[in-house]
Amino acid sequence: MKAFEYAAPTHAEGVLELLSDEADGSVILAGGTDLIPLMARLIVTPKRVVNIKQVAGLRGIEADSLGVTIGAVTTLDELLEAPELDDFPSIQHAIRGINSATLQAQGTIGGELFQRPQCWYFRDRKGLLAESGRLVEQGDNRYHAIFGNAGPAKFVSPSRIAPALIALGAQARIVGPGPEDEAIVPVETLFRAPRDARQREHILAPNQLLTHILLPAADGVANATYEVRQSAGPDFPLVGAAAALRIAGGVVREAHIVLGQVAPTPWVSYPAAQAMLGQPVNLQTATAAGEAAVAAATPLSENGYKVQLASVAVRRAILLAAGLDTGGFET
Amino acid sequence: MAKYNWPARGTASLIGTSQDRIDGLAKATGTAKYSYDVNFDDLLIARVLGCPHAHCKIKSIDVSPAEKVPGVVKAVTMKSEGNEVHWQGDPIAAVAGESEGAVAEGLKAIKVEYEELPVFVNDEDLAAAEAAKRTGKGGQNVQLEREPGDNDDEQAFADKEIDRLLAESAAVVDGYYGIDVITHMCLEPHGSTCKWTDGKLDAYLSTQNVSQTGGQFAGPLGLTADDVTVHCDFIGGGFGSKFQVDAWGVVAAQIAKQTGRPVKLMLDRDIELKTAGCRPSGYLKVKVGADKDGVVKVWDSHHWGTNGATPGGVTQGVIPYVFDPKNRRRRQTTIVTNASPSRAWRAPNHPQACAMSQTAYDDIAAKLGLDSYDVFMRNLPSVSNGKKDVYADQMKIAAGLIGWKSKWHPHGKGPAKGSIVSGLGMAIHTWGGGGHASTCLVKVHPDGGVEANLGSQDLGTGTRTVIGMIVAETFGLPLSAVKVNIGSSKYPISGPSGGSTTVGGVSESSRRASQDAVAKIFELAAALLKVEADTLEAAKGRIQVKGSPNKGLSWKDACSLLGMMPLEVKAEFRKADDNQLSSSQVGGVQMAEVEVDKDTGVVRMKKFVAVQDMGTIINRKTASSQIYGAAIMGIAYSLFEQRIMDPVTGAFLNAEIADYKLPRLGDIGEIVVELYEPDSEYNRGVVGLGEPPVISPGAAISNAVCNALGVRVPVLPMTPKRVLEALEKARKA
Repeated sequence: MKAFEYAAPTHAEGVLELLSDEADGSVILAGGTDLIPLMARLIVTPKRVVNIKQVAGLRGIEADSLGVTIGAVTTLDELLEAPELDDFPSIQHAIRGINSATLQAQGTIGGELFQRPQCWYFRDRKGLLAESGRLVEQGDNRYHAIFGNAGPAKFVSPSRIAPALIALGAQARIVGPGPEDEAIVPVETLFRAPRDARQREHILAPNQLLTHILLPAADGVANATYEVRQSAGPDFPLVGAAAALRIAGGVVREAHIVLGQVAPTPWVSYPAAQAMLGQPVNLQTATAAGEAAVAAATPLSENGYKVQLASVAVRRAILLAAGLDTGGFET
Repeated sequence: MAKYNWPARGTASLIGTSQDRIDGLAKATGTAKYSYDVNFDDLLIARVLGCPHAHCKIKSIDVSPAEKVPGVVKAVTMKSEGNEVHWQGDPIAAVAGESEGAVAEGLKAIKVEYEELPVFVNDEDLAAAEAAKRTGKGGQNVQLEREPGDNDDEQAFADKEIDRLLAESAAVVDGYYGIDVITHMCLEPHGSTCKWTDGKLDAYLSTQNVSQTGGQFAGPLGLTADDVTVHCDFIGGGFGSKFQVDAWGVVAAQIAKQTGRPVKLMLDRDIELKTAGCRPSGYLKVKVGADKDGVVKVWDSHHWGTNGATPGGVTQGVIPYVFDPKNRRRRQTTIVTNASPSRAWRAPNHPQACAMSQTAYDDIAAKLGLDSYDVFMRNLPSVSNGKKDVYADQMKIAAGLIGWKSKWHPHGKGPAKGSIVSGLGMAIHTWGGGGHASTCLVKVHPDGGVEANLGSQDLGTGTRTVIGMIVAETFGLPLSAVKVNIGSSKYPISGPSGGSTTVGGVSESSRRASQDAVAKIFELAAALLKVEADTLEAAKGRIQVKGSPNKGLSWKDACSLLGMMPLEVKAEFRKADDNQLSSSQVGGVQMAEVEVDKDTGVVRMKKFVAVQDMGTIINRKTASSQIYGAAIMGIAYSLFEQRIMDPVTGAFLNAEIADYKLPRLGDIGEIVVELYEPDSEYNRGVVGLGEPPVISPGAAISNAVCNALGVRVPVLPMTPKRVLEALEKARKA
């Protein structure tokens, strides 16, 4: 690990003062479960580390009639235990899937959203785009993107909770760079596929801070996350899918389907959602939605199998949201 | 009666019982010090720089910038200008400093210019290897019932004869099977802490070879072995990869000498995986012919795979595995890749051979619509180790434990629950495991204290506990009364722990030394008690007349008869000796029950049964633990573990613990261990069992997956990707 300055401010304004506008100038530390190993291996080498775990107001869950506000450093275990999230099984499914007491106790929701991709070329110090995508394209891409991979970014978005949050219509509160600067944006728009080495996989500037996630009240929306996991973990899923469905009169009136681990960003599947509209939820309609989800997939040389997995994950997320048997292993 | 013997069955107080490890608490609570835990004042941390390229020539190397990094004390080269490097991660330099951070920055500062050379890593693709001129001729062996005539060309005759036998077969399987390279993945990586005192070296080395690694340090350092003491009280895994000091061991000692400070050099995880041990791959094409009952009549195979940067791989001598039909031809091709050379991995050759050939036997059953159990049973007369009856007996026990008869269905014909299907599979194995040379020095002190000293090491077998049980049993003492000293090269020499040789070896030497020692105590006590020495026994903390416990002395009083001087008895066991207490050659049967999700390709273990013989069992608990561990390790390489190489650059892509997939507790299902020890086993002496139980899982689990799906997933590990690809291929066919 390279030597660095360390700061642990107690107020959000203090954080902003300490953050640099340069990419390697500073880095935000929350749970540290991803950052510390990255720093130990010199993949991330910041001049300054700003610990935000002591910052007032960033930890905790508050609910009112409009929805739930979650502080960015709220731990995953706290989310799992919060009665305020009882109506959001899709978030609970995603956290339970991590299956690691350490990662759940230490990891935070902000850190989970902004953890760095697992791409093994990135982790082998070849850069996030790994020679403008060439290393992934010609190399071993079994875990890489099957959507949104035409550009140089071919890694997959690692967040397991982001698909659920996006399907549920969650928003993010961002502050900075100035003390008065504040923006509330859909979680979906936090993520992007970088086009060049200067861009990150999210839109935040180095001197901006995610403070809260704002979750609209579930209001009867059925929701679930289904992940295809090779092992009992801790390990990343091969693919994941989150579904949020408003079902009334026996048919789906509103649908949001979002895939994880299939593209450089969480991947919103409009075709899958469209396929469910006006339909009852059953094996046949869920299967059709799964097929619609992958119709436009563009697998790389070694990850064609993920197309099938994505289709199955969508089908099972829909069935699970509706309280039906997925036909697979219990998750 | 033989001079040395085990207690008659049913008479022992410790041997054959289930005992906790005497060092278990220390290990579980962290007070046991592994090489990684050994620290000294003024300690320097050292790490190595692994070559980033899989094949290159070093044009220049300059470590001086590293020494300018604050906190770096010493930087040395391990490769020189002009050296060719054949795999990624091969150490080319080392840096020592005051902290991990300083060393990391120092490594980054080293300036190296490389000339990159062509890379080849695709060990499964034989045609690509041939095109890249990376193949070599391996061994070949032909065995036929009929002999060629005087005028026949041998090869042409063999071709014709095999063709005829295949044509006459009721069923022919034209199969392809394989198993990827895996690494040893020792939880504690390779390395040592080296400390010099007055020109002499103490090396705290993570090793399976305490007694013979001193010389490996001494030579390169210009010493003689008497100047080196190797210490290894505990080892965090070796599996066959830790017999050597290695270049990084020598460099740690060199830096310690140059700087005058102790140096700790343990490999980083990625360097550990890239360079410190792996198992060869194997891929096999075969035509197998069998009669209508599934009895194999002819086997004709060609297999290939890689040993890394030096030729080698799975020997042809173990193909097909355990079964040896009267007509068979086997041929091996070696492939050289830009990867580190393999090291012995728990039962070298056997797991691969089993996974590549007993799968074909199962496919015979599938082809004929027969029960795999019956086909294995009917082929037992051809086993090469004479253990046909042992296997038959073990198969019956295993089948009962897994519920084979009630659960069996023909391949691919079982009921499905949603997309989940289940299946059963089995395999059998064999291993030698004769005890290694071992010397034990037993000391009995006049105050009753007892110690056993051996230059052995505590690998997975629970060596310390086994020795303690044997010595305590012989002296009629509780286990806690015996001090077991192992893990130093200053103790009497004992063999390296490899090939399941440890428990056989240390049992021989420690029982012999103890029996000799107790005989001397009997002589002294007999004189006092005025009885013949051979009427005495050591039991329940007393030396007493057999059948008359009142006529005797306490152990302590008996020892006081020694006078001032402790009694010291040394016993040497050499393999050439008449093995009175140990044996060799074991069998073993394993059965697996799995569930497979046909839509996702995810395989889950439901139940795994291991029935294992090992001669006389010393400690039932550590014996069982060995088998549990082996089953888990087998599940790992069947479903999870593989070395993944970048096809273009030759980089080892999953060389971090987060990427190198291993099973977790939730992945192993129910494991049932049955220690097979009828009188015939109890009476034949001790055999080690480090290797045997890790051999069969690959074939057993592959066969279970095939039974579930009705489709063979040809290559291990059976990842979701491979399962789905196999199903897709079958659909298209």
